[in-house]
Amino acid sequence: MTVVTGVTCPVCGSFCDDIELVVKENVITDVRNACAMGAAKFLNYATHRNLRPLVRKNGELVEASIDEAVKRAAEILVDATYPILYGWSNTSCEAIRVGVELTEEVGGVIDNTSTVCHGPSVLSVQDVGIASCTLGQLRHRADLIFYWASNPWSAHPRHIERYTMFSEGRFQKSTWRGYLSRLRGLVSKKRLQRAANLVLRRDVFAAPEVEHRLPYSMFQKKRKMVVVDVRKTRTAEAADYFLQVEPNKDYELLQAFRMLIRDEELDVDKVAGVPVEILEEVADIMVGCDLGVLFFGLGLTMSEGKLRNVDAALNLTRDLNNRTKFLIMPMRGHFNVTGADVVFTWQTGYPYAIDFSHGYPRYNPGETSVIDILCRNEADASLIIASDPVAHFPRKAAQNLVKNPLIAIDPEVTPTTLMADVVFPSAFVGIETEGTAYRMDHVPLPLKKIVEPPKTCLPDQEILQRILHKVRKLRRNQN
Amino acid sequence: MPKLKVSLLTGRTIDQGKGKEMGKLSKEYLESVIICQMDPKDMRSLGIKENTNVQVTTDFGSVVLRAVKSARTPHPKVVFIPYGPWASLIMNPKTHGTGMPSLKGIPAEVESAPNKKVPSLKSLLAQFNKEERP
Repeated sequence: MTVVTGVTCPVCGSFCDDIELVVKENVITDVRNACAMGAAKFLNYATHRNLRPLVRKNGELVEASIDEAVKRAAEILVDATYPILYGWSNTSCEAIRVGVELTEEVGGVIDNTSTVCHGPSVLSVQDVGIASCTLGQLRHRADLIFYWASNPWSAHPRHIERYTMFSEGRFQKSTWRGYLSRLRGLVSKKRLQRAANLVLRRDVFAAPEVEHRLPYSMFQKKRKMVVVDVRKTRTAEAADYFLQVEPNKDYELLQAFRMLIRDEELDVDKVAGVPVEILEEVADIMVGCDLGVLFFGLGLTMSEGKLRNVDAALNLTRDLNNRTKFLIMPMRGHFNVTGADVVFTWQTGYPYAIDFSHGYPRYNPGETSVIDILCRNEADASLIIASDPVAHFPRKAAQNLVKNPLIAIDPEVTPTTLMADVVFPSAFVGIETEGTAYRMDHVPLPLKKIVEPPKTCLPDQEILQRILHKVRKLRRNQN
Repeated sequence: MPKLKVSLLTGRTIDQGKGKEMGKLSKEYLESVIICQMDPKDMRSLGIKENTNVQVTTDFGSVVLRAVKSARTPHPKVVFIPYGPWASLIMNPKTHGTGMPSLKGIPAEVESAPNKKVPSLKSLLAQFNKEERP
C-alpha cells in the first residue's frame, strides 16, 4: 500500500492540488481531501469504460485493433471536407497541441468546450479587457467575495474552502465558524417551520420574498460573501447576503450597480426584482472593501444578453477600480478548459472556434463555432475527444453531429462513444497518464500518473499522434 | 391538464457532477439528471405530487421528467433541470451570433403527466438512429 500525495484532481476548474490517494496493487482504494466529484472519479473511473478500440461495421460497434481503428479514423478525416475536432477540455495540454496540428493538417475546425461554457466571456474579455489575478492573491487578501450567477458549492465544491471564504489567508481569516453557526440556525429554523406547518396545516414562517435590509454581518470588518443568482442555491445559503435576481435580468442589475458606484441616482424602485435601497447598500459595501473579487458563472454567459452581460460585469469591475481595488474571474468548468484556450491561443492566435479550412486559422464565433456549424449542417465528419456533445448539445446540433461519421476518443462509455463510428479508449489523464493542465486562474500545474493504464488504452496524445501520422501518409499517397 | 408558463434553467448539481464521474451509464447519473426541480407552490397549483412525472415543453422540444421539490425556495415560476441528455432535448440551440446556445432562462411550459414515462437513455439514442442515420 502506498500513499501518493500532492495529486492534482482532474475534475473541475478549481484543479485542487492537495489530494492524497491510497494505492494498493495498481488500484486506488481511498481518496483524501477530495470533494464528492473528485472522490467519485478517483474511485469509480474504471467502472464504465471500453478496453478495446471499436469500429462500426454493419451498424454495430465491434472490437478492432488499434491500427485498424487509426486507419478508419484517418480515412474519415481525410475524406471529409469540413470536419469538426471538438472537446479538449478534459485532456492534457500536450494532447491539445497535437490536436491543433491534426486540425491544420485536415483543414477542419477545432473548438473546445468554452464554446458552450465561457465562450461569451472570452469574447467580452477581448472587447473590454479583464482585471484578474491568481487565486493565491485572493485567498490571502480578498475581503469581499461575489459569486455572480455561479454555484461553486455544486460545480466547484472546494473553491470556497481553498480560495475564498473558508481559506485561512495571511491577511484574511477563514469565516468557517460563522458559517457553521449560521447553518445551525438555518437548520433549526427549517425544522421549526416544518413542525409548525404540520401542526397548523398552513405555511407559517414563510421567508419574505425579498429582505429589505442587509444582515449585520455585512457591516462587520471581516471577509464577506455575496451571492447573486436567480434561485437560492447552497452557495447562497453560505453567503452573508443573497441577492435574488429575476431570470435574464443580470444585465440590468450590473448596470444599476455601475450607476450607483458612479454616484448616479436610479429613478426606479426596483431593478431586476431587487429594491434600489438594497442595491445602494451593497454598492456602498463594494466601494468600501479593501480588495473585492467577482467570480461569475454560466448564469451570465448562457442567459439573455450573453457576452453583453459579461461586458457589464467587466465594466463594473473597471468602474470599481476607480474607487477601490476590485478583480474579476470567470469560474471555468472543466479542469483544463483554460488550458485548451491557452494552447489554442499560443498555437493559432485564437482561443476557440478556429477554422483551418482556408489553410490558415480564422476565428469568428457565431460562424466558426461548433454549435453554429452543426445547426447549419455544414460539417461532414467529426472527432470528439474528452467530451460528450451527444448528451450536452441541443438536440438539433446533436442530431447533425451523429448523422455524419463520428470518431470518439474517450476513456469512458458515454452517449457520444455509443453513437460513434470509431471509438478509441484512452488512458485517464491525471490518473493513468501525466500531462499539464491550467487552473481557472491560468496557473499551469502538472497532472500525475498514479496507476498503470490497461495495455490497450493509450494516452490521448499518442492516439492523436498516430492518427496524424496516418493522415499524413494517406494524403501523401493521394497526392 | 393545467399548464404553467415558467422560466427554465439548466445547470450543474453536485449529484449530477458526482453521477457523471461515476459513469454516464450509472444509475446515480440517471437519477441525478432526470429530475425537474420546482417550487412547491407551483407544484401544488398544478396538482403535481413529488416524484411524479411532468412534461416540460419549450419551442424546441418536449421531455418527460420527474418532478422534485426544490430544497431552497421560493423561486416561483422558475424550474431547474440538471445538464444531461434529457435537458438537451429542450434547449434553445440559437446562439445569436456568439457560438453559445441559450441554456438558461428559456420560456417553457410545465404540466402534470403522471401516465407518461421518462424516456430511457437507450430510447433517446435510438431516436437519433431512427431519424437520421442511414
